[in-house]
Amino acid sequence: MRQARVACFGALHDAWELPDHTLKLADGRIVPQSEVVWLPPVQAGTVFALGLNYADHASEISFQAPKEPLVFLKGPNTFIGHKSQSQKPLDVTYMHYECELAVIIGKQAKHIAREDAYQYISGYTIANDYALRDYLENYYRPNLFVKNRDTLTPIGPWFVPAKDVIDPMNLRIRTYVNGALKQDGNTSDMVFDIPYLISYLSSFMTLRENDIILTGTPKGTVHVHDGDVVVTEIEGLGALENIVIDDEFNG
Amino acid sequence: MLEAQAKFNSSELLEKIHVGTSNTFQWQGKEIPVAAVPWQAPVTGSIYGVVFNFKAQRDGFEKYFTQKPYLAPPKRPVMYIKPRNTVNAHLQPIPVPKHVDALEMNGTLGVVIGRDATNVMYSEAMDYVKGYTIVNDVTVPHDSMYRPQIYNKVRDGFCPTGPWIIDKNQISSISSLKIATYINGSIVHESRLDCLIRPIEQLIQDVTSFMTLFAGDMLLVGLPHAAPTAAIGDRVTITIDQMGSLENQLVEEEAYQPGGERK
Repeated sequence: MRQARVACFGALHDAWELPDHTLKLADGRIVPQSEVVWLPPVQAGTVFALGLNYADHASEISFQAPKEPLVFLKGPNTFIGHKSQSQKPLDVTYMHYECELAVIIGKQAKHIAREDAYQYISGYTIANDYALRDYLENYYRPNLFVKNRDTLTPIGPWFVPAKDVIDPMNLRIRTYVNGALKQDGNTSDMVFDIPYLISYLSSFMTLRENDIILTGTPKGTVHVHDGDVVVTEIEGLGALENIVIDDEFNG
Repeated sequence: MLEAQAKFNSSELLEKIHVGTSNTFQWQGKEIPVAAVPWQAPVTGSIYGVVFNFKAQRDGFEKYFTQKPYLAPPKRPVMYIKPRNTVNAHLQPIPVPKHVDALEMNGTLGVVIGRDATNVMYSEAMDYVKGYTIVNDVTVPHDSMYRPQIYNKVRDGFCPTGPWIIDKNQISSISSLKIATYINGSIVHESRLDCLIRPIEQLIQDVTSFMTLFAGDMLLVGLPHAAPTAAIGDRVTITIDQMGSLENQLVEEEAYQPGGERK
């Protein structure tokens, strides 16, 4: 059952999606999806993100796929829920979305073997890891100014338990901007697959419950504008909607 | 004695203590040896480090700024994250990975944030600071600042922090303080907090202009120039004037039992 974290009736609630797509709260109340505010479905621990982890996207902005995972970290400040607004600084001329499969770690471990990796995953969700390419500097790339701004990582809508995702390495992954399909890939095209990434990261550090790995994005990233509705969608996980608005106070 | 806060028992909360220059501290009217309690790191939030903020480190790298792959000097604070598994405590071991001969001991000041900070102005920045602590940003030596692999900085136990947070109002002039690093009792490095390119207020203004710092988060003010290295068996002590000292010993990774942090 897909699970969400929502605000309604003056409080925060865990909620589950019923077959008719209404939401059932822990206390039994049932509420339509249209009447809740969506929060990030997981309170993130350490957040890893992958650069250039789809061969086609790598060739789009670089020359070749990396030989070793390109991992950077993100802070918890950057996350917002489904159907919320991401603020684009006024001076930014190139902001692009990145639809990514988010893998949520379920229990603490170190030195996880590739063949055991799936046992350490509690579930999956969708992240839109926006980048402000104007702000790229050549130190600690991609620098936090590009990738860790408040409101620029929508995540959700659902926490989907791992047992409900039969083959996470074969999911269609798409982005629509104002209804037009812009990005259309498949998680099978990852350069470093999920078991590899879990094994790799846990080879040098302890992973813990609610650590999140954002596994990279396929090709098809284009600039977005004030008012654009960006929907990032992954087969079986749902569709994460976000609106880009100009940040009148910054940039 | 200075007012400080620390974690050294089963309580999740910070305990109010008084610390001085002796080997004891005061808690609830009792005088206790510093070495007698199981210190926990006094930080709970996210940890953000800043590169090129000590003038000497920036000057030392300056000649590369215009070369490939950097091409231009950095305009904004160059930042990195020390994730939660790195948090380590006073008197706890630092694990040295296999195939690494020596680790950098980057002694620095940790500025602990006291309340959520977004778009904070320079003139009000200190209102958002809770206090200061000592940090050793342990790092596997590497030359590139372009896209350093995270494994150089994110290993378990790579961020000893503490022993306590000194309340900010106890330090009259933070920029007048000196950071010293000792290995096996000999001084090997000194840096001064009046040599920050961006002073603490400026860092808080620049960082919170794009990302919220939450209460409990910590900003590391900079990395020293030519940080000293230490190897298995070495005892490393970082001191900051008035604030005390943070001591750890390097051990083989296989012998390491995480004890410095609480889950």
